[in-house]
Amino acid sequence: MDRKLVVSSSPHIKSPETIRSIMIDVLVALFPVALMAVFLFGFRALATMIIAMVAAMATEAIILRRKNLFGDGSAAVTGLLLAMTLPPAPPWWVVVIGSVVAIGVGKHIYGGLGNNIFNPALVGRAVLFVSWSTHVAGNVWIKPVPFGFTADAVTQASPLVTYDASLGDLFIGTVSGALGETSALALIIGAIWLFYRGHIDWRIPGSFIGIVFILGLFDGGLYMGLYHVLAGGVMLGALFMATDMVTSPVTPAGKLIFGLGCGIVTMAIRMFGGMPEGVTFGILLMNGLTPLIDNMTLPKKFGEVKKSA
Amino acid sequence: MSTLAQEFSKGLLKENPTFRLLLGMCPTLAITTSAFFGFGMGVSVFFVLLCSNIVISVIRNFVPDKVRMPAYILVIATFVTITDMVLNAFVPELHKALGIFIPLIVVNCIIMGRAEAFARKNNVIRSILDALGMGVGVTMSLTLVGIIRELFGAGSIFGYNIMGTAFEPMGVLATPPGAFITLGILLGLFNYAFKRLGIE
Repeated sequence: MDRKLVVSSSPHIKSPETIRSIMIDVLVALFPVALMAVFLFGFRALATMIIAMVAAMATEAIILRRKNLFGDGSAAVTGLLLAMTLPPAPPWWVVVIGSVVAIGVGKHIYGGLGNNIFNPALVGRAVLFVSWSTHVAGNVWIKPVPFGFTADAVTQASPLVTYDASLGDLFIGTVSGALGETSALALIIGAIWLFYRGHIDWRIPGSFIGIVFILGLFDGGLYMGLYHVLAGGVMLGALFMATDMVTSPVTPAGKLIFGLGCGIVTMAIRMFGGMPEGVTFGILLMNGLTPLIDNMTLPKKFGEVKKSA
Repeated sequence: MSTLAQEFSKGLLKENPTFRLLLGMCPTLAITTSAFFGFGMGVSVFFVLLCSNIVISVIRNFVPDKVRMPAYILVIATFVTITDMVLNAFVPELHKALGIFIPLIVVNCIIMGRAEAFARKNNVIRSILDALGMGVGVTMSLTLVGIIRELFGAGSIFGYNIMGTAFEPMGVLATPPGAFITLGILLGLFNYAFKRLGIE
């Protein structure tokens, strides 16, 4: 029977967007970054990324008792993002434990996708960093050799320790560093795709990178401002980690505060702290403050008047 | 009125102070970096709990209700001081590791809780059994947390190397966040197990 008036329960407006489609968009956005990592660091980078993704997806499938390994794709994104924060060739068991902790402790203990307080990939990285700092930080940064798919590797200190890389190298990515953080160019290309698809907002990356640049000016003028933005994990963190929908504020003003907080903590650790890099802990700290920020920046309800004091 | 056996056994699992009542969390998180420290703390609490339960049960009919808390604190503090001195004399390394958490046993919620909820309402025999059960329960719990954190955080149990030399310890478990993670996961597992076994 053909009815003119269809009576059904809500929701009445549906979006073609699903968790799976968003996650696939993120994977697409990470593709240039991954490609750049393999180009610079060879197949060991590819191995690290694949181990991290498979371990993350397997952990999620076991916890959810799900047959489909890929599922909604969020575990694959977490695994890949974790790999992006790791050095090119850590021992395989470090990568596996990082993925298991990221998915198990970082995500499913809180109730799974959408309920986690902290960015799962960064939880995994933080645990690895505290536990096995000899494998994921310090003297592990392999010198990049474009097209150099060889087994030989020379390690060197991070540009955040030496402060001697050229800005051009930092932008293109031909410096040592974690898989996904060296190439600002590839990260920006990936992020443009996410902007185009409407998954991220300019406010968090804008305020994050902006405050890092401004604070960097005080560390030694224009050159150091750009250096702080391009070196280390600021670009990766600002574009892909801090913009995680689950763990960042939803209000426009809240997003600005969130980005500023991430940048300030990052720069505080870099300039005054004991570690060369502070993006991980900056974002994790602000993740913890996200519910508070959201509460403080609640928009005014339509028709609401200011309470007289 | 529950049987005497039940008074003893409830502290082991059903009303385990650490995993079921969530009392005494501060030492549980702070000093369980190794199995030995956890065990030492557990035994100290056990001793104080047993003695204070006995004395409080004996004096329960003479102490006016209004001043019972100060009276209990006085009793407990006496035994804590004894523990403090004994540990300092015979196991100085444990005394040093537990540090401020020995004097803090005075305000440990397990001991105050048992005094307030049990010893002041029950006779000496029952109070002793209650203290034995609760004491064993808290010692087991602290030792368990200590074993897990020491095994993965340092590769040994009670100082004996278990994992071999190739093992690279997971340093995060020896840090305060590791204590929260371990305790949280254990609590989850215990809740799951109790649900499965139908113990409520």
